Amino acid sequence: MTWSDVFLNTLKENGVRLVTYVPDNVLTPLLDGVAADNYFMPVCATREDEAVGMAAGAWMGGLRGCVMMQTSGFGTIPNAIASLLVPYQIPAILIVSERGALGEFNSGQVMVARTMRPVLDALAMAHHTLTDEKTMPFIADRAIKQAVATQSPVALILSPLLTGGKVLKNAP
Amino acid sequence: MMNRGDLTKRLVAKLTHDEAVVAGIGNTNFDLYVAGHRPQNFYMLGSMGLACPIALGVALAQPERGVIALEGDGSILMNLGCLGTIAQIKPRNLTIIIMDNGTYQITGNQPTATKETSDIVKIAQGAGIGGSVWARDEKHFDELIARRFEYGGPSLIAAKIDDKPAAGQTVRDPALIRSRFMRGLGTGRGGALDA
Repeated sequence: MTWSDVFLNTLKENGVRLVTYVPDNVLTPLLDGVAADNYFMPVCATREDEAVGMAAGAWMGGLRGCVMMQTSGFGTIPNAIASLLVPYQIPAILIVSERGALGEFNSGQVMVARTMRPVLDALAMAHHTLTDEKTMPFIADRAIKQAVATQSPVALILSPLLTGGKVLKNAP
Repeated sequence: MMNRGDLTKRLVAKLTHDEAVVAGIGNTNFDLYVAGHRPQNFYMLGSMGLACPIALGVALAQPERGVIALEGDGSILMNLGCLGTIAQIKPRNLTIIIMDNGTYQITGNQPTATKETSDIVKIAQGAGIGGSVWARDEKHFDELIARRFEYGGPSLIAAKIDDKPAAGQTVRDPALIRSRFMRGLGTGRGGALDA
């Protein structure tokens, strides 16, 4: 199985059906897998905070959801985390494909990536970086279970070590 | 000009099937609170612009329940993209109500784009929400609420309202609000603590 199949299985095993997302190149195998499986309910949002709102509403209505985005998308959601997910104790699962590291070619991505973990730490929000297929399912599974049990959001950061990331073709 | 508190009371009076109401930040949710708390009310104390996405999430989770997003003009202007998302998903059970006073009332009445320029109903129609209508007056608002499912898709009702502030303020306890809302939707944690 590919890393994306393993990851989607972990979501399934934890009853995460709603997948809200703003598309990203690295996420494509996940999004394709979600679209191909009737278990999942994919909803493409126009902004990442919109996707967070949707996942929050779905959770309160009894439907477990996650939000998929790339690093720059995380830059749009600190207010939604700080004024919705954290104070209302909503265990949204945030899945971020990590740009801006390990061979990044776009300096805009590099800058926003530097803000991500400090923002998560400032919010005292749990986050885990998934780097290899061996430990990924255990970490993802336990992180989701802990989020639900403690009613707290969690971020799972998909490292280029796991996904291969995105590199510039024909680099100078 | 209509009045937000009055329209909110009219809306609540018509909710006889435990419909969920998600009310946006500021005076919009204050007036819902003042209209009389219901277990299916969700009051937003932050995350401006997310009333419609939160309501969409509830509507997807519980397709048999009517779900209403109550939002102000400033808030919906912040997140117009969600109208396109909702138009694509077409949740039949979702109704959006926009209270349009043309100002960011709670921050000092600074004018919004809807004051003289933008038309929320035309924007929503352009986004693909065909059942988008301006309420002409209170009676028409009542009619539109009663007929909100006739269109067969999500509907949007907008009303021009006066500049009166809300008649009270919501209790600011997010965890309590969320917990009560989930119990109102039948999804809350039960147990001896409820006794």
